[in-house]
Amino acid sequence: MAEAKNFDLIIIGGGPGGYVAAIRAAQLGGSVALVEAEHLGGICLNWGCIPTKALLRTAEVFHLMNHAGDYGLSVKEVSFDIAKTVKRSRDIAERLSAGVKHLLKKNKVTVFDGHGRLDGPGKVVVSAGKKKIASLTAKNIILSSGARARDLPGLEADGKLVWTYKEAMVPETMPLSLLVVGSGAIGMEFASFYRTLGADVTVVEILPSILPVEDAEIAALARRAFEAQGMKIHTSATVTSLQKAAKNVTAVIDLGGGKTSNLTVDKVILAIGITGNVEDLGLDGTSVAVDRGHIVVDQWLRTGEPRIFAIGDVVGPPWLAHKASHEGVICVEKIAGLADVQPLKTANIPGCTYCMPQIASIGMTEQAAKDAGRKVKVGRFPYLGNGKAIALGETEGLIKTIFDAATGELLGAHMIGAEVTELIQGFCVAKTLETTESELMHSIFPHPTLSEMMHESVLDAYGRAIHF
Amino acid sequence: MPIEILMPTLSPTMTEGNLVKWHVKEGDAVGPGDILAEIETDKATMEIEAVEEGVLGRILVADGTEGVAVNALLALLLEEGEDAAALDAASTAAPNPPPPAAVESPAEATPEPQAAPPPAMEKGDRVFASPLARRMARQAGLALDAVTGSGPHGRIVKANIEAALAGGAPTPTPAKAPAAPPAAAVVPAPTLETPGMPPHTELPHSAMRRVIARRLAESKRDAPHFYLTVDCHIDALLATRKELNQRSPAEGAEAYRISVNDFIIRAAALALRKVPAANAAWTDDAIRLYQAADISVAVAIPDGLITPIIRGADGKGLAEISRAMKDLAGRARAGKLMPEEYQGGTFSISNLGMFGIKQFAAVINPPQGAILAVGAGEPRAIVKDGALAVATVMSCTLSIDHRVVDGSAGAEFMAAFKALIEDPLTMLL
Repeated sequence: MAEAKNFDLIIIGGGPGGYVAAIRAAQLGGSVALVEAEHLGGICLNWGCIPTKALLRTAEVFHLMNHAGDYGLSVKEVSFDIAKTVKRSRDIAERLSAGVKHLLKKNKVTVFDGHGRLDGPGKVVVSAGKKKIASLTAKNIILSSGARARDLPGLEADGKLVWTYKEAMVPETMPLSLLVVGSGAIGMEFASFYRTLGADVTVVEILPSILPVEDAEIAALARRAFEAQGMKIHTSATVTSLQKAAKNVTAVIDLGGGKTSNLTVDKVILAIGITGNVEDLGLDGTSVAVDRGHIVVDQWLRTGEPRIFAIGDVVGPPWLAHKASHEGVICVEKIAGLADVQPLKTANIPGCTYCMPQIASIGMTEQAAKDAGRKVKVGRFPYLGNGKAIALGETEGLIKTIFDAATGELLGAHMIGAEVTELIQGFCVAKTLETTESELMHSIFPHPTLSEMMHESVLDAYGRAIHF
Repeated sequence: MPIEILMPTLSPTMTEGNLVKWHVKEGDAVGPGDILAEIETDKATMEIEAVEEGVLGRILVADGTEGVAVNALLALLLEEGEDAAALDAASTAAPNPPPPAAVESPAEATPEPQAAPPPAMEKGDRVFASPLARRMARQAGLALDAVTGSGPHGRIVKANIEAALAGGAPTPTPAKAPAAPPAAAVVPAPTLETPGMPPHTELPHSAMRRVIARRLAESKRDAPHFYLTVDCHIDALLATRKELNQRSPAEGAEAYRISVNDFIIRAAALALRKVPAANAAWTDDAIRLYQAADISVAVAIPDGLITPIIRGADGKGLAEISRAMKDLAGRARAGKLMPEEYQGGTFSISNLGMFGIKQFAAVINPPQGAILAVGAGEPRAIVKDGALAVATVMSCTLSIDHRVVDGSAGAEFMAAFKALIEDPLTMLL
């Protein structure tokens, strides 16, 4: 007999959108059910952000060991164990997933391990396999079912020779050669990881530039850095077919201009985009609209169906954990009728790519600002001019800031180099507070830090940089 | 249509007055603040100032005419581009009630103060707005008071400024006071309120109206007011004034015409110098004692009021004060004051004497510590040397913020003020 229970709120999907929404709803005094089919913490925590950061840390330490001489150290016979590297990554993911479980328990959120599906107004059935394990009712329902890697015809992952991010994260053996299809954040992080560990890596990007959402200047610097590391990059190129042999794959790459090239690699990683998990949610018969694989919502995350909301990757890009969590909080606070709820501003969502060198950005690129008809002031400050960067031995990188020439509005910030993913939050706060160049100039940045470059970049936009 | 110059109502009891003298001739160009004529009532002699710019087209009531009814047409002012032919039609038309601002004197006013927010942030007076919103508002000349914030805790953010600008609701800063009040929206029938209410019009709040409402409500709410009233005998002052004015050159840059209000400004400034404790302002951390008397003088303007400042009035002579006040009042009515000319001040004066108000209590203009409310000078029965006598008496009431100034200091100030007013020669010292 399936369990029947009533809640104030049911959340389908326990990723960074769903579990944060659940905790916030519980804080506000609601009774909350969270339905998760696989792992609490979702892709982010189990198969995305966190385990990849663990892998990239290994790559970084490995890189430093190989350059120990630069720091006056000597290390003999540097080597790595891929199995142990993967185990560390999995252990960290498990530890955090357990942490989420504990947080939910502490906040008295009832977790159902199973697949949630809408079953008429205010109803959700939870099933495990073919067995119905619970029937839930609630005034409000949030869909946070997330997203998954997208396939293209002819480029389907098989999990053995052609990987998605999921297999790429748990290699059993170290591939000696690798083709990465797609140069967004996911593609470049794996490309960087495997290249640093010594694999022969080729990246194919259909657009004219790698990291297509980033500022063109930053993307060009990234490309130069990757190519200097020995990565091969083809832009404005497509993989037209993959011919699988027993232990390798031969890809046909259309390089444009009628040129093609054949490349045989041990593994292929597909990183060509994301599509929302909109299937099997029970949306048929509801007024929840789906557009190109994503649920359509308004600024308060309301779907077309009263009392059904959707947040996170399933509602569309940017597919970022922090965006999902933030939407979860907005959605729950709006449901609870809190005053002073602010809609999410896309221009204030930062993006981070944890390759080597790191890339981080927020707001408009220089080109986007110009396309929008803004007159801009652009500031740049290179790592080469920063004392801390030189002391760290990290002299490659740039911090670029873009201001509206008329109002001094910080339109965007784009950074490449060591630790920029940790630095970007300063500009996030600045943008959220709507500071102008003046407040940033008047802020005192600690010395000696990499953050001084943020200050200098702002100063440079107004011709006032001190150290370069 | 020529502008009509009408016989003003100088007091509630006035039904007629005498036209003593015209100060301009037909064909003279006049501007706001220029003195057109002198009017005499049973109580006082007043000046009519021009409110608008134009050319005096025709004088209809000659010098020395007595018993001119209130609202009678005295003269016609031609606006730019109008020719004399317009005069004939207008002079036969029935006169309208006088525009209230056509009345004389630099100091006709209501007791409310300063019409602009102080430039700096004061505690409790803070408009929460993002730096970007502030800058955009400043660039667009938009008063933040007029913008509703939608950011966290009602903070004004960029989107609100954009919406205000796009919505066509740009409220000019008080520095550029609008020449005309916003068009009244006619509400055809009451729908929202209590049934049975008559039809009404709604005047949308101007930026100035919002500032007046906010600051005065804040003053009455936060500043514990108390009031001290004295009666000043002003016969000696009126005689001194007459004597001084007779010595003025007939015309030219050195000419002056000192009003009673000019004496009051000087007396208040000198009294503040004698009693510095009354020249003070409240801040959350300390009482601020000013070292100069910057006197804010309330001036009524078409859609509100404004308080131009005579800076360092304790160091200025009567003629200088008089000229400065005429200039400021004229430009205040024309909406041409610079912010620094009305923002600040250490002490305020509000004079409703010309309306025949005997005595009133004004609301303090924060963060100042006190405001002096001046009534009409009128003949009253007094007891002098044990016998009844008649004297011209003017009642003055000081409103004081008790957080800043205590009763004894306030009384000391009023005593000093009264002594100066009643013995005007001491003002010349």
